[in-house]
Amino acid sequence: MDFSLTDEQQMLQDTTERLLRETYPFDVREAARQTDAGFSTTLWQQLGELGLTAVPFDEPWGGFSGQGLEVHLVMKALGRSLSLEPYLQSVVMAGGLISAAGSPEQQDQWLPKIASASTVLTVAALEPHSHYDPHAIETLAERTPSGWCLQGRKSVVVAGHCADAIILNAMTDAGPALFIVPTDSRGLTRRSYPTVDGRKGCDLFLDGVSLPASALLGTPGDGQPVLDYQLGRGIAGLCAEAVGAMEVATELTLDYLKTRRQFGVPIGKFQVLQHRMVDMCSELEQARSMALLAASVADSPASETRQQALHAAKVVVGRAGQMIAEQAIQLHGGIGMTWEYSLSHYAKRLVMINHELGDDDYHLDRYAALM
Amino acid sequence: MDLNYNDNERAFRDQVRQFLKDRLPADIAEKVRGGRRLTRQDHDTWRQRLVDQGWYASHWPTAWGGTEWTPIQKHIFDEECNAHGAPRVIPFGVNMVAPVILRFGNDAQKQYYLPKILSGEHWWCQGYSEPGAGSDLAALKTRADRDGDHYIVNGQKTWTTLGHYANMIFCLVRTGRDGKPQEGISFLLIDMNSPGVTVRPIITLDGEHEVNEVFFDNVRVPVENRVGEENQGWTYAKYLLTYERTGLAGIGASKAALTHLKALASRRISQGRPLLDDPVFRRRIADVEINLRAAEISNLRIIAAASNGGIPGAESSMLKVRGTEIRQTITDLLRRALGPYALPFPEEELALDYGGDYLSDRYAAALTPQYFNMRKLSIFGGSNEIQKNIVAKMILGL
Ligand SMILES: Cc1cc2nc3c(=O)[nH]c(=O)nc-3n(C[C@H](O)[C@H](O)[C@H](O)COP(=O)(O)OP(=O)(O)OC[C@H]3O[C@@H](n4cnc5c(N)ncnc54)[C@H](O)[C@@H]3O)c2cc1C
Repeated sequence: MDFSLTDEQQMLQDTTERLLRETYPFDVREAARQTDAGFSTTLWQQLGELGLTAVPFDEPWGGFSGQGLEVHLVMKALGRSLSLEPYLQSVVMAGGLISAAGSPEQQDQWLPKIASASTVLTVAALEPHSHYDPHAIETLAERTPSGWCLQGRKSVVVAGHCADAIILNAMTDAGPALFIVPTDSRGLTRRSYPTVDGRKGCDLFLDGVSLPASALLGTPGDGQPVLDYQLGRGIAGLCAEAVGAMEVATELTLDYLKTRRQFGVPIGKFQVLQHRMVDMCSELEQARSMALLAASVADSPASETRQQALHAAKVVVGRAGQMIAEQAIQLHGGIGMTWEYSLSHYAKRLVMINHELGDDDYHLDRYAALM
Repeated sequence: MDLNYNDNERAFRDQVRQFLKDRLPADIAEKVRGGRRLTRQDHDTWRQRLVDQGWYASHWPTAWGGTEWTPIQKHIFDEECNAHGAPRVIPFGVNMVAPVILRFGNDAQKQYYLPKILSGEHWWCQGYSEPGAGSDLAALKTRADRDGDHYIVNGQKTWTTLGHYANMIFCLVRTGRDGKPQEGISFLLIDMNSPGVTVRPIITLDGEHEVNEVFFDNVRVPVENRVGEENQGWTYAKYLLTYERTGLAGIGASKAALTHLKALASRRISQGRPLLDDPVFRRRIADVEINLRAAEISNLRIIAAASNGGIPGAESSMLKVRGTEIRQTITDLLRRALGPYALPFPEEELALDYGGDYLSDRYAAALTPQYFNMRKLSIFGGSNEIQKNIVAKMILGL
């Protein structure tokens, strides 16, 4: 066993962290949040220019076949900066789906653009009645002489508001299948909204959307395992992002305990707050460990062991994130409740991460079923 | 002993229900249920209806227009109001400054201020906290220097809830600099339209404007606006806090939120069945319901035992901690029940007159922001850590 990073991994982490530190302080993020895109197109471009959006892709697409740990390092850095950019959606999940299941033509069409950050794609796996279960789909895809016709609705598609195409699952006569749906398709409407944590997303209404045969990704009937696998990579990435955000929330809180004075002493002198702070740090350590476990299995072949590790990681990270978010606010007192101070935005992101790709209840259930 | 309501109490409950049915405006109740924003006018309307009924000032003696209800009646009233979607009574005038004026104010002050609280002419806010004086309230620095028959007030208050609606603020100010910090504090009533008062908004993490900073720059306040003795304000301040804390247990609000939670969980579908039938989620709800039941009985028991009209002392700290923890757990479950729909923040749906299609569930939009907003419950009115310090010291002698 070896927990150290290679020189290349260390460099990847340093490059990403430096870029964000130097170009993406909180006020830049706030300004980007208020644009139509809802994220910094400048940063997105820079991530592309530095090859960071190409990390997980193979050489022909400009990447170096980065694995779970490489994606982890980038996502953790993005989490530390509370990044709004759709890296997880576009690079990790949509890019992963096309790499894994795309035809040579689909790969040629999309991967160079995804890897260079000149497009945004996202994945829509959930529907109004699916809660967190991507298998519970009612959206239908019927064969037509020229291809497919889609009918249904997809819920809470993060980055869907600005995506050029959305990869979604729909039921065919042969079982679940995946489709790459350009967002300018006729019959497709998006209802866009901001999310509580400052990003944007949409609900998707598919009202007889006609697609050419080439929109099909993979083989009808095989869609589900392919999607599950890539959502698993998404979970690993999300866990890394959460760890980055938890690190900052914890650092800010520790710093506050040392500087805020009440009753003539720094509030960090009060034992109840010391113990609370220790609990936060030990939650963070648990989460770090599980995020690394998730990263280590993210790109290994599909198996029950892999699946269990991912469920377990999401449980620990989801709970740790909420605990750290709540206690960070509590230990700050009123200041922790303000929009102006970045801490509250870390807290919101951490709680919302538990609502993406399944919360702790959902994954605990899944883990127990595999036990 | 009998843990059921007696005939009189049941009759009172029916009377309250009837009143709410007849007099609570439906549009206001709908906003409260949906977590939508209430206007100052909504609060005013509801205050006036309660005043007309003689039910606004539940802590006051009847001579001043109060109800002199028993603790049980207050509890019933609170529970029914919450269950029917009545706006919460903004406490700063009627339930905070008024008890202080009634107890420590002079006759002129009672005659001047109390009717204006009932009529709504005065809208009060609370000027206790300062940037450097939160938990350590006695560290407050806002100073009031005597100049003939006026005080000159300089300093800053913060976290002032609904200060942007208020035209009056009760403040703790420093009038003495000798002895312990608690000894030089006075209780001043300040007209917010006085020259030198500036109110600035603080936006909270849920994007709402609820609290403010209030600045005082050479504000002249007549000496007659001081309640009680100079430098004795700390005693009055603490008296007020026990009133504040008792209200903060929020049992009625939690019961209403729990009802809302069950309804929401029966509409949300997970794994092909209502979330309410999911064994894990169902137990989570059962758990908080049981805790709430225990807190409700504890609340009634402790309030009934308090000799001075149902305002307990240090015990109220225990009730505040429990009550707020339960409320926060319910808001956590409400947010959880939404699943992925916890994420959307369609702000327009929080607006007063939103008529569009509701995303996912007509009551969903407000739930995540509310969960974050309710983090305040364990911070204000004396943080829960401070409440436990009080219990440890005052009740347990530690
Ligand atoms: C939404 C909201 C509305 C408010 N409305 C009003 C209002 O209308 N009027 C008003 O005057 N004030 C109001 N307040 C202020 C509120 O009373 C203070 O926030 C509260 O007293 C805590 O003070 P603080 O925020 O400065 O935190 P601090 O006192 O700095 O506390 C920070 C942390 O340290 C802990 N701590 C402090 N001292 C101790 C100790 N001795 N032992 C253990 N732990 C300790 C606290 O529990 C907290 O976790 C409001 C606050 C909020 C958030």
